[in-house]
Amino acid sequence: MRMWTFAGRNAKELLRDPLNLAFSLGFPLALLLLLSIIQKNIPVPLFEIRHLTPGIGVFGLSFMTLFSATLIAKDRESALLQRLYTTPLTPMDFILGYTLPLIPMAVAQSAVCYLAAMVLGLAPTVHVFACILFTVPISLLYIALGLLCGSVLNDKQVGGVCGALLTNLSAWLSGIWFDLSLVGGTFQVIADLLPFVHAVELQRAVLLGDHSAIFPHLWYVLGYGIALLMLAVTLFLRQMKRQ
Amino acid sequence: MDGIAIYNLTKKYKDVTAVDGLDLQVKKGELISLLGVNGAGKTTTVKMLSCLTRPTSGDAQLMGKSIVKEPGAVKAIIGVAPQETAVAPGLSVRENLALLCGVHGFDRQKKEEKIRELSEKMGLASVMEKKAGKLSGGWQRRLSIAMALIGEPKILFLDEPTLGLDVLARSQLWDTIRTLKGKVTIVLTTHYMEEAEALSDRVAILKAGRLLVFDTPAKIKESANADRFEEAFIRLNREGDQ
Repeated sequence: MRMWTFAGRNAKELLRDPLNLAFSLGFPLALLLLLSIIQKNIPVPLFEIRHLTPGIGVFGLSFMTLFSATLIAKDRESALLQRLYTTPLTPMDFILGYTLPLIPMAVAQSAVCYLAAMVLGLAPTVHVFACILFTVPISLLYIALGLLCGSVLNDKQVGGVCGALLTNLSAWLSGIWFDLSLVGGTFQVIADLLPFVHAVELQRAVLLGDHSAIFPHLWYVLGYGIALLMLAVTLFLRQMKRQ
Repeated sequence: MDGIAIYNLTKKYKDVTAVDGLDLQVKKGELISLLGVNGAGKTTTVKMLSCLTRPTSGDAQLMGKSIVKEPGAVKAIIGVAPQETAVAPGLSVRENLALLCGVHGFDRQKKEEKIRELSEKMGLASVMEKKAGKLSGGWQRRLSIAMALIGEPKILFLDEPTLGLDVLARSQLWDTIRTLKGKVTIVLTTHYMEEAEALSDRVAILKAGRLLVFDTPAKIKESANADRFEEAFIRLNREGDQ
């Protein structure tokens, strides 16, 4: 009950910010539309709708990191958290309260992205539904990153690190915009070691219905997600004690 | 039983001793002010008493509950209005109050009653549907205190509640605080001498983490041989240097 009250407050704060809606829905949809138009004029296999949509869906999720980190950093700066630390809310209430509202938002964002893709020509199969479900583990990865950044950075730093650096890095290293094998070398090794490309490949495999291709990408996503969540919880509790 | 009983409370940060062996007893329903220049240890004392910071040594009992051994029980009987305005900016005034009702575990009926009661008591009725982030500093402070009162606290901590407010808003907030006197034990920290003198039953003057004096404003002026409270504060601080 207490946790859900706090989670409800966080959901309202996130949904009432028009910039959040513009970035989480508007930006990915605009990219999807733009790249589909380019694809019609100059066909590129990477930008075929069945190849492009999983990437755009994952790219949209990277904004979840920005939203959750910004909310936590602002709460820490405004002393709202300090007030709430003196109430009966437990540390677990805080962590779940910041994490849970973002999961349905991520699923809804993914659903809108796939719906738009179907309007643009993506075949409406059962695999689309599966892709939307597989958004959950990927969203946990990005939400954990947000919890982590929000626990250690201030509001302005979050804007730079999560808003600019992380969204760009996760996009470049995910194989959404270009085939990573075209760059190759150390760049590809680093990209393969990080979870972003695996999140995109996971969605592509699910969309194709190729169950054998889901692995090892799912393990990368889950492994990074759990590790980041544990680190984020540790850092959040540390800043909570410091308060 | 005292409202607050503090025993040898100490907080050290590496080489700095922020609060040094503080002993203080506050009666139930009493309003006391913690006064001191920057770094005197006022905010650290409030943070320890509200279980935000663990003391390095010593203890305090709030309505008989230890801040070291029973922080959960202490949190259930206190309300805190922090120094900075601590409201959820994207929520309306009503939703901010409802948030605090929820984290205190109130059911729907009690929540509605509490919101109605506090909106009347704190004069918030005209701004209930406005977003907290759009309110003036005075309204935000008033909401902040209302939020601290939601949990029906037996002890209320007000950390510099009128900082940055204009004369009118400060006067209105003083009236609000006066209505709480006698019903709730209040610990107020402030930089404003006239505020401490006007509102407090007793004033504790801190310097470098130590207690210089704890008495009524009238007796503090008398002991410092000063006509004005501010003069007494300065004199006592200077004497503390010698």
